Amino acid sequence: MAKSIVKALDGAQAVSNAMRQINPDVVAAYPITPQTAIVQNFSQYVADGVVDTEFVTVESEHGAMSACIGASAAGGRVMTATASAGLALMWEVVYVAASMRLPLVMSVVNRALSAPLNIHCDHSDSMGARDAGWIQIYAETAQEAYDNTLQAVRIAEHPDLLTPVMSMQDGFITGHGVERVEILDDAEAKKFVGTYKPKHSLLDVDNPATYGAWDFYDFYFEHKRQQTDALSRAMPIIVEVGEEYGRLTGRKYGIFDPYEMDDAEVAIVVLSSTAGTARTVVKALRQKGIKIGLIKPRVFRPFPARELVEALKGVKAVAVLDRSISFGAMEGAGPLFLELSAALYAYGNGRGPLAVDYIFGLGGRDVIPAYIEQVAQDLLHIAETGERGDLVRYLGLRE
Amino acid sequence: MPNLEATWKEASPGGVVYEAGNSVEYITGGWRSFRPIRDMKQCTHCMICWVYCPDSAVVVKDGKVVGFDYDHCKGCGICAQECPVKVKEPHEYTGQMGKVIQMVPETEFEGW
Repeated sequence: MAKSIVKALDGAQAVSNAMRQINPDVVAAYPITPQTAIVQNFSQYVADGVVDTEFVTVESEHGAMSACIGASAAGGRVMTATASAGLALMWEVVYVAASMRLPLVMSVVNRALSAPLNIHCDHSDSMGARDAGWIQIYAETAQEAYDNTLQAVRIAEHPDLLTPVMSMQDGFITGHGVERVEILDDAEAKKFVGTYKPKHSLLDVDNPATYGAWDFYDFYFEHKRQQTDALSRAMPIIVEVGEEYGRLTGRKYGIFDPYEMDDAEVAIVVLSSTAGTARTVVKALRQKGIKIGLIKPRVFRPFPARELVEALKGVKAVAVLDRSISFGAMEGAGPLFLELSAALYAYGNGRGPLAVDYIFGLGGRDVIPAYIEQVAQDLLHIAETGERGDLVRYLGLRE
Repeated sequence: MPNLEATWKEASPGGVVYEAGNSVEYITGGWRSFRPIRDMKQCTHCMICWVYCPDSAVVVKDGKVVGFDYDHCKGCGICAQECPVKVKEPHEYTGQMGKVIQMVPETEFEGW
């Protein structure tokens, strides 16, 4: 196992430490709560000469992503970070980065979107970008945020993939919460991420090429088909990188993290920090003999449809916890529920569990164990009676 | 020239164009709805149209304008707008007074 040191860091410091070790050629970023600490810490590394990075202090997030695109097309290893309204302002160019197949890595510290104005955690920002063509990975803890950042570089730059990666953690809860984080030895981290050698680049003047060219009805469709093919081949690469990282650190990463799923009759599916709260509740209920399990998806894009359906085989009732609403979708459900429901329909052979959705934690609303216990009680009732009841419910909402 | 029959598996990832300077091989004349027509007898070969053409579609040989590259002229009309020479006789193609370069609807030409 590689050497590492244990530090007390918040999620933002954990990510900026990973960025320090990655030492990207270019970082173009604009500060926005609760991502600010990442940019602030990293700009200190630049000022102190700890990294060689060209740090571009742009005028906006649209400018940040645009600068990243240019730098990446020029052959650099490029990173950025944002949240909420910043990601929303980037919108146009977020798609451009993926479509140009540029292996950027962007750290997103999840925060609600306005209005009303709110700086706290929910997943509206990154979930809105779920169809932009990026790989999306969600972290539960500061440790995972650090580990995912190092892995994201390897995933994005994989020659069969060349697709940008968005690496998420929960705003304030993870981003500003100090935790025990194991930081890899600098040399080991650098060895793991390696050096980026693009096959082609704008600055390769001996082999001039055009990037971001006009693509009419004669080629655009083929390029989109190619892009979706790359995403559909990403999962084995993500798993391979996660296993290699596991051999190095003892922390192996996969597609999702199942807990007590082997004989589970009811299950909860939830992303990010809330999985920690849910695990505590599941553990307590297991001690009472209740056959409940938990799945914490790590990879949301590409969506692990077949894998989740397989993991939920034998489960009678499943509750998805969504930290965002897909406004106007079926019953106003959240994206995770919608994707999972589609997967159960497509691959479940009509034998999937009864599924319900719980919208929770919008704008940073606390999620306490009692809410998860309520979900468990609801699930046991559904499993027992076979009656699903309301498709979409709300946790911690004043009704 | 890109293979216009290339399947999605053969297209270049991210739409990168590896052959520099190949736009000449991409025929864009079909976008044109008006065609510039020059009165060859009254043209003074001042080269203003050649200077202004954004698609390098004014063909010049030995210091003389010899015509338009209709494979790439998109019919923007800048040459006709900028042409400083007024005809003394009616335009040899349109029969109208006005400038040496005049825009004529594509529908008047064969193949439309």
